[in-house]
This record gives sequence, C-alpha cells and structure tokens, in this order.
Amino acid sequence: MSASFEQSLTRLDEIVRRMERGDVPLEEALKLFEEGTTLVAACNKMLDDAELKVVQLTKGADGSPQETEFTDE
Amino acid sequence: MQQIYEVSQINEYLKCRFEDDPFLSGLLIRGEISNYKLYPSGHHYFSLKDANSAMRCVMFKGNAFQLRFRPENGMKVIAGGRISVFPRDGAYQLYCTSLTPDGVGDLHVAFEQLKARLQKEGLFAPERKKPLPRYPQTIAIITSSAGAALRDMLRILRARYPLCVVKLLAVRVQGGEAPAEIAGAIRYANAHRLADLIITGRGGGSIEDLWAFNDERVAYAIAESEIPVISAVGHVPDVTISDFVADLRAATPSNAAELAVPDQVELRQMLAARQAMLLTLMQKRIKQERQNVHALAQNRSLKSPLNYYSDRRMQLDYTHRRLSAASTTYLNFRRERFVRLTAKLDAMSPMKVLSRGYSMAMKQGAILKSTEDIAENDELTLVLTDGKVITKVQEVIK
Repeated sequence: MSASFEQSLTRLDEIVRRMERGDVPLEEALKLFEEGTTLVAACNKMLDDAELKVVQLTKGADGSPQETEFTDE
Repeated sequence: MQQIYEVSQINEYLKCRFEDDPFLSGLLIRGEISNYKLYPSGHHYFSLKDANSAMRCVMFKGNAFQLRFRPENGMKVIAGGRISVFPRDGAYQLYCTSLTPDGVGDLHVAFEQLKARLQKEGLFAPERKKPLPRYPQTIAIITSSAGAALRDMLRILRARYPLCVVKLLAVRVQGGEAPAEIAGAIRYANAHRLADLIITGRGGGSIEDLWAFNDERVAYAIAESEIPVISAVGHVPDVTISDFVADLRAATPSNAAELAVPDQVELRQMLAARQAMLLTLMQKRIKQERQNVHALAQNRSLKSPLNYYSDRRMQLDYTHRRLSAASTTYLNFRRERFVRLTAKLDAMSPMKVLSRGYSMAMKQGAILKSTEDIAENDELTLVLTDGKVITKVQEVIK
C-alpha cells in the first residue's frame, strides 16, 4: 500500500516535470493532466483510508517470525 | 604578653595550613547534593551532605563546563577536589573539580573507553551512515512492549503516517539480559528482512537504566545492520554509544517517530500543490494552443468558410465556362472539317463529271471502257447527269 503511495508520488513528479517541459503534444498533455489528477486523488484517499497496522513479532519454534496483532490502546 | 591577631590573619593562616596538607589537596568525597545553585557567573555552589554532616562546595565555571550531567538536589555524587578556606567568611569549603554520579563512576569510565575504541574502529564514521527510506513501508521497533516509549512512537506514527506497518520486537531494555536481547533482535530483523527501517530505544531513566544502549554488543549489531537504524534513547541530553553508531540519532523516542516518517499533513499539502501545478500547467498549455489556433484563423478561408465556398464556386464557374468554350470550339472545328471533307468527296463523284457534259455508257450494268466489249445491235444504257438513254449500236468503229 505504502509502496504504491511512493510510486504514485514518483509518477506524479514525473508527470509535473514532463508537463513543465511543455514539449508534449496537446493530446498527451491532456492525458498526463488526467493521470496526475487521478494520482492526487488516489494518494489522498490512501491517506484517508490508512490505519496504522501494528503487529508483534515472536520467534517461532523453527526460528521464523510469527505475527500477532498488537493493541496498545 | 600574648600576641593579638586580626581575623583575616587567622583566616589566611588556616588557608595556608589547609593548602599545605597533602591529604586535603586531592580528595574524593561521597555525598548528596543539596542547596544547589548555579550563579550567572557560571559557578556552581552547593552543599555535600550525608546523614550527619554537611560541607560547602564550589565548582568553578571551567570545571563545571566538563560536566556530562546537570547536578540536582538529592543526587548522590562523588565529588573530587581540594579543601581550603575562603578567607572572607572564614569557612572552609570543597573546591570541586570533578563530579560524577555515585555508583556509575566506573560505568562512566567504561563508556568513555568503549566510545574511544569504537571511534577508532570507525563505527561512528559519517560515511557509514545509511540513508533512511523516505516513505518506510515497514518499521521494526525494538523496545519494551510495556514502555511509554512504544506508546509515544505508535501515537506519532499513527498521526503522521498511518500508511506504514509497525512490527514490534519486544525486548528488555534494562538489566543484564537487555544488551543481548536488543542486539539479537536487530540481527533477527536483518536476517528475516523484517523491515526497511529499525527504531531501537527506550524512555528516559538513570544512566544505569540506559546502560544497555552503551553495550558493545548493541553497538556492533547496529553497525552491522543492513537496515538503517534510528537510535532513540532517553531524554534529549542523554547520549549513548548506540546514538553514535546509529544511522540517525533521535533525541527521544517520540522524536524518532517524527524523523522516521513524513507527516501526512505535509503530504496532503504537497499533493494539493502538485494538483494546483498540474492545473496551472494545463491552463497555460491550453492558452498557448488557443493562440496557435487564433494565428491559424487569420487565414481567410478559416476566418470565413463562406468566403472559401464562394471562392471555390467562382473557380468552378470559371472552369465550367472554359469547358463549354472549349467544347464549342471543338464542335465548330469538327463541323468545318466535315464540310470540307464532304466537298472533297463531292468533287470526286462521277455524277459531278456528268454534270460537266460527260456521259457514261453501260452494258448490262457494267461500265464500258473499251470498244472490244461492244458489238453491233447491243443494247447500251447511257447515263447522263439528269437521266438515262437506252440505245442500239449501229456500228462499232475501232
């Protein structure tokens, strides 16, 4: 989830940079604008919907990490 | 007659006696601090006391500057210095040159020794510091599951960047087992690639409480961690070996959480700014395109399609006129040629010859060209221009 947030931001910056150069055809500029606007909305939504997930890790019998939900409130 | 002295003479005398005494010139005295005062001059004044007695102490600015902690009333310390007399008051006092918390004196030495050794090994070198991820996905927190430090960190992470996942590796953070547990958890997180960022630390406490983070096992585990580590031990002034080795030192656990993740308030502002920028760029672009179109529209045909139409219409009319003119000329030419050819044909007609007074003799439908074909009494037909004559041959003259 967070990865796509970072990827979205990276893509968004790329879109802004390309549009700043101003050498893309109008049709493409419109598409970039639309994509950028969608990305902004998606990122805002990700932040709106996000809820911090906290798990406690313990070492299992075989040494592999075992996750259990951790509540601190 | 006994000699009479001035007060100051006696005080000076005592001062000399005190200062001549090797025992008093270099002492370590254990006691509890009371009446502590820091003067604007930078000198520290306090009393050192035990259950039964008290002693006045002064620590001058130059020595106080070396202190690693802030002396407080009630603090048990070991004070080092010389004892002398302050002639003005006639009171003796400890001229304190060193002050260490009682009971941690050897820890303190150990701290300095380990710090010097690890520094020499290059563990604190700036080029060893790894960059922190800008948007961590998973943060491993290595601390006590019961401590306020964990609650503080979770509260701040939740508020700032709820997109990340926290994996808690609960360890003891004080006591003999703590260093091995902390170091073990750091290595375990690396072995299983549990996170892209580690925060390890604990809340404030005495220097003994924080001691696990001055252990070389923890220091080496942090140094060898491939995952970046933020060290978050104690309160602001507390400095541990972990802080020096870590990729980033946070003043407190809360501060570590703040340093670990971006703030969603700022992220939302940034997103809004990007959106505004996209809009501005698009508007600018559209304006520019509109100017291009406007420039094109200055062209007559685009400015007024009707003009274009009538232009084309005129052209069509012109072409049409040319076409009909051409066809007339062609027809006339063909007609003249026909008349000329007809006349030529006419001239060559046998009837035309007859009209000039010649006639044509025929026998049984064939034109006669020689006397050989004619005999006496043959019936011949003479063709004249206006009719025929049937005759009988009376004589053939050769």
